[in-house]
Amino acid sequence: MQLRGPRATAVALTLPLLAFIGLSFVAPLGTLLSKSAYEPNVANILPRTLAALDGWDGDGLPPEAAFASLAEELPKARQERTLVRVAGPVNRLKSGMRRVLTRTARQVEKAEYAGSWRETLIGINPAWQEPDTWLAIQAAGARFTLRHYLQALDLERRPDGGIGLRSEESRIYMPLLWRTLLVSLGVTLLCLAIGYPIAHLIATSPPKRSNLLLLMVLVPFWTSLLVRTTAWIVLLQRQGVINSLLVALGITPDSERLEMIYNMTGTFTAMTHVLLPFMVLPLYSVMRSIPPTHMAAAASLGANPVQGFMRVYLPQTLPGIGAGGLLVFILAIGYYITPALVGGRSGQLISNMIAYHVQTSLNWGLAAALSSILLVAVIGLYLIYSRLIGIDRMRLG
Amino acid sequence: MNALLVRRAGHYGFIAFCAAAFIFLVAPILVIVPLSFNAEPYFTFTEGMLRLDPDAYSLRWYRNVVEDEAWSRALVNSLIIGSAATLLATALGTLAALGLASPAMPGRALITGILISPMVTPIIIVAVGMFFFYSSIGLGQSYTGLILAHAALGAPFVVITVTATLSGFDRTLLRAAASLGAGPLRSFFRVQLPLIAPGVFSGGLFAFATSFDEVVVVLFMGGLEQRTIPRQMWSGIREQISPSILAVAVFLIAFAVLALFTVQWLRQRSAEAR
Repeated sequence: MQLRGPRATAVALTLPLLAFIGLSFVAPLGTLLSKSAYEPNVANILPRTLAALDGWDGDGLPPEAAFASLAEELPKARQERTLVRVAGPVNRLKSGMRRVLTRTARQVEKAEYAGSWRETLIGINPAWQEPDTWLAIQAAGARFTLRHYLQALDLERRPDGGIGLRSEESRIYMPLLWRTLLVSLGVTLLCLAIGYPIAHLIATSPPKRSNLLLLMVLVPFWTSLLVRTTAWIVLLQRQGVINSLLVALGITPDSERLEMIYNMTGTFTAMTHVLLPFMVLPLYSVMRSIPPTHMAAAASLGANPVQGFMRVYLPQTLPGIGAGGLLVFILAIGYYITPALVGGRSGQLISNMIAYHVQTSLNWGLAAALSSILLVAVIGLYLIYSRLIGIDRMRLG
Repeated sequence: MNALLVRRAGHYGFIAFCAAAFIFLVAPILVIVPLSFNAEPYFTFTEGMLRLDPDAYSLRWYRNVVEDEAWSRALVNSLIIGSAATLLATALGTLAALGLASPAMPGRALITGILISPMVTPIIIVAVGMFFFYSSIGLGQSYTGLILAHAALGAPFVVITVTATLSGFDRTLLRAAASLGAGPLRSFFRVQLPLIAPGVFSGGLFAFATSFDEVVVVLFMGGLEQRTIPRQMWSGIREQISPSILAVAVFLIAFAVLALFTVQWLRQRSAEAR
């Protein structure tokens, strides 16, 4: 490839933004994704313990060297305040280990040496005579791990080493992913059902009215997402506008106000409202380019309105349906703000689970694995979009 | 006769459906405006408001917001972060769009795809990734970090808008400028930039609006110092929901309407310039 003349200029012009996006956007994504499979903390903090466990196969108790190294490395980690980075991952593999580790780290320095470190540690906490405890430390010590992906896919490693599905009641993430996909699909279809007729009306109205109607789509499009979500809270909550209206009109009794928000209904309504303009605008721009004479021609050839619509109009709007539908679907599966604010407990989606694992459970590896699964889905859809519609055809407002 | 009736019924059904859809779109936004003047701390219309009793309306929530230091600080933060991010995104985005519009550009689809990707990536993934990455390079909880983050999120809008404007740009004008002795820089600043300026401005406005409405990245990356308006609204909605939020919401609606009309006006200008 020759890089001279106009070609070199064109490439040089895009380079600054490419470099900027690479550093400020792609690098953070890479950092996040690496956490899904790379967990060096335990290996860095307990290197000698893990080395001593190297030849041990889980049969009986590990060698004395492992006990001795742990007795040295745990208090050191406590002093350096890195113990939490060990306790978290180990605790996730065997519950109760957080307490065992923090207590042992605190007590081992004061404890009386009982002839061997093995006896000393077991004297502090009987958990140290269970091979499971050591297996958990050994597993958490692996720098590269696929266990977050297994967990994110609701899979588990069986005692015999094989991999299988978790029992039905402990599957969390796959059902949530399905729910996210179904909600997104539902929102997309709803947007299409509402957006198609109004896009048609805008495209076929006389210019003045058409502009006014377009404005009614564009004002919500430009209005802050938080404002629109607040608006739905104001309308839908128990003491909100709609419930008060229904009570005032005597349609529902005061004691039976409708629960329309902080559940799936809230998520669904607010998401449809927020994403509807993304459906209407591409549909409108396609419909505007269809000459009205086409439908007249169909009618003059004997087609009734339904036939004319199905065989002449609808096929020509397919590019708009594809563009709007894919865009709405892509935006919907990554939705975070609206479900977080109006979804309550039952209206949460996969993004909210990622936020939960980052902020509350502090299981960053799992959050990263869930993120990468979501990202793969979005990239797949994005590639379909660019194939079918073309990224450079994306238009705003 | 019967067929005509059916057709007419269908037509009125269609109109009624569209009317309902437009109400669905606009009503939530319109409802907020009168409620923000509520004299009572409720989120619903009081009897007095319905009777149009002047005493039922007040400016107390607006006064609350104006007097509350947290909100004015948030406004300043939003303006600082928004304008810096907009400048960065507009400069880099316009350059990139110029490159992408060149007929000689190799791998256009791929590069456009990469440059636009921040727009479609789930925001939670972006926010969490940036939180880890920027903290690790010492930019966590800093203005710089947020500005860089918001610039990355706003740049795709600039690229899209300017590319669209450039598709209507007559490249023979550049050759004409060159034949009259203008160097590439001179012909860019004197010929091309004035013609695509409306597109650049709309792109910048999109980028600013993106930053001005962004909450998730601020939520994860920003500290107490960097609370922006959306961040302040977020805690308002989650923790102690008071009608002050509605007053801020009305301000944001006014901003949206202003931005929208500006973009429409710029588009008209750029269409007229052709």
